[in-house]
Amino acid sequence: MKYLYVGAMGEIDGEALGAIRDRMALEFAAPPRALDLPAADFAYDAGRRQYASIPVLEMLMRACPEDALKLVALTERDLFIPVLTFVFGQAQLGGRVAVVSLARLRQEFYGLAANREIFLERALKEALHETGHTFGLVHCAERSCAMSLATNVRQIDLKQAAFCAPCTARVRRYPREQS
Amino acid sequence: MKSHWQILVVDDEEVMCESLAAWLREDGYGVDTASSGREAVEQARQKDYAIYFVDLKMPGGMDGIETMMQIRRLHTQASIIIITAYATVDTAIAAMKEGAQEYIVKPCNPEEISLLVDRIIKVKNLQRENTILRKKLSRQYCVQDVISKNARMHEILDLTREISSLRSTVLIQGESGTGKELIARAIHFSGDRAAKPFVAVSCAALAETLLESELFGHEKGAFTGAAQQKHGKFEMADSGTIFLDEIGDISPKLQVDLLRVLQDRTFYRVGGSEEVRVDVRVIAASHVNLQQAVAEGKFRDDLFYRLNVIEIRIPPLRERREDIPLLAHHFVERLAHELGKVVTDISEAALRVLMDCDWPGNVRELENAVERAMVTCRGTSLTEEDFSFLAQNGPAGKTWTAPPEMTLQEMEKIMIAATLERTNGNIKESAALLGIDRSTLYEKIKRYEIPR
Repeated sequence: MKYLYVGAMGEIDGEALGAIRDRMALEFAAPPRALDLPAADFAYDAGRRQYASIPVLEMLMRACPEDALKLVALTERDLFIPVLTFVFGQAQLGGRVAVVSLARLRQEFYGLAANREIFLERALKEALHETGHTFGLVHCAERSCAMSLATNVRQIDLKQAAFCAPCTARVRRYPREQS
Repeated sequence: MKSHWQILVVDDEEVMCESLAAWLREDGYGVDTASSGREAVEQARQKDYAIYFVDLKMPGGMDGIETMMQIRRLHTQASIIIITAYATVDTAIAAMKEGAQEYIVKPCNPEEISLLVDRIIKVKNLQRENTILRKKLSRQYCVQDVISKNARMHEILDLTREISSLRSTVLIQGESGTGKELIARAIHFSGDRAAKPFVAVSCAALAETLLESELFGHEKGAFTGAAQQKHGKFEMADSGTIFLDEIGDISPKLQVDLLRVLQDRTFYRVGGSEEVRVDVRVIAASHVNLQQAVAEGKFRDDLFYRLNVIEIRIPPLRERREDIPLLAHHFVERLAHELGKVVTDISEAALRVLMDCDWPGNVRELENAVERAMVTCRGTSLTEEDFSFLAQNGPAGKTWTAPPEMTLQEMEKIMIAATLERTNGNIKESAALLGIDRSTLYEKIKRYEIPR
């Protein structure tokens, strides 16, 4: 039996964590398991005052349990890769691990009034998106699909918290033994 | 699909290289990386990438600008994006002067880089589509694609090749459907005017005044409705070829105008006083025998001689029956693709049916017959039954044989009914067609109880 692990890197919004875990289990047809992970402090870059996502992915690969179908970790820290100002998350394409940053998904980050519903919806979409990459999915041209590329929260809000039919079919066809 | 587009990321910092590569792979692109300018040039020698992301500052004696210049020597159309962490106006100017498509400062906004890649790929897609369409267009009309094993047709094709780069006027004569325009296009697209316009005009399709304005254009206010100046087909075909189909149908006045264009390569737009000079090769075609039209006084002899510098006479399909199986197989192959059918062959019996037909509409009629058979065909091979409509269609059908078990009276009844239908019940006309007098026809209609 392979499990879908949803990991918390340090302190994480409990409601978001629970909602994502339940929904992911349904979407990827695997029983969910929780996993406590170290906070991302080790990946802090003082120059950019952000957290490097590549060392985070490397840590996740080491921490990934044997019986994990996939491990998707959530962090409250703001992630980046060297060439970009930020990333909402990062995944091993066709691999086993992914990370999602919740930092830029809250309305407060943009100076707006807090909205819990919007935040939870965005967190779920990004978790589906990054986990989709671990199933070998690349960005989808269908703007409403969770796999469409979003480089800002407006684009996240435009898509749905679900895969389009072809992306769903690709997830279903993905050989589970590989993971 | 993006995966057929390959991107090369060049940076001496592995983490920079790999993180950008991973990000682009998530977008569906095939991405390679290189850790130095030399390595990048070596990889570019093996493969042409759609986009090159090149870091400006790299050690080892070859910086981003030098790397870009060497890649551009290999691939002049390469799209190169220079990336730098140390942006100055001077480096930006230097990069753009040497041909960088974009210059970005890292770290850059994901939206910016995503839009940039999208924009370049959109242009690449359009360029590729354009190249494919151009190839398809010229291939469709090249001499090698005219299908025939007939000796006369081969002589025509040899002549077509020989004259393709000349400016001499060509007159193509042949029955309808023999492929006069195909030969005209083959001449144009095989010669040194191939990249220039090929403009086809059907002279039979338009009234005299319209045709005049169509061919030579008109000035603003030349006639009611001429709201602005319009260039005619001769001007559109400048430096290329104009194909005048059904030239035998043009009026005596237009024959004079055309003669002047052929003599001087100059003309006046309708309502204009300014002489327009063009460099156009003229290829004319006619399904009527122009020599005979000259003898009958319907076509000017001086124009005929101007047009008939190089004469091509395409034989009708019934005079080159050996081409029928070749053409039929070619149409099956092409139409299967166009119609989305899995038909791959024609049976021997079906080919015999096609060989027996006279094809008054020539290759075009054969093509239509194959298309009709393919639409209704249920198997993977066209059979005799798929062409049963040919027997019913009369002239195009195979040689008529008397149906078994049919009396003379029954045949007479069918014949009279069919003739009446064709003439919409006109007794006088039907009697004339049947070769009997009106009273006999009335008497037979009554006897056979034929409805009118």
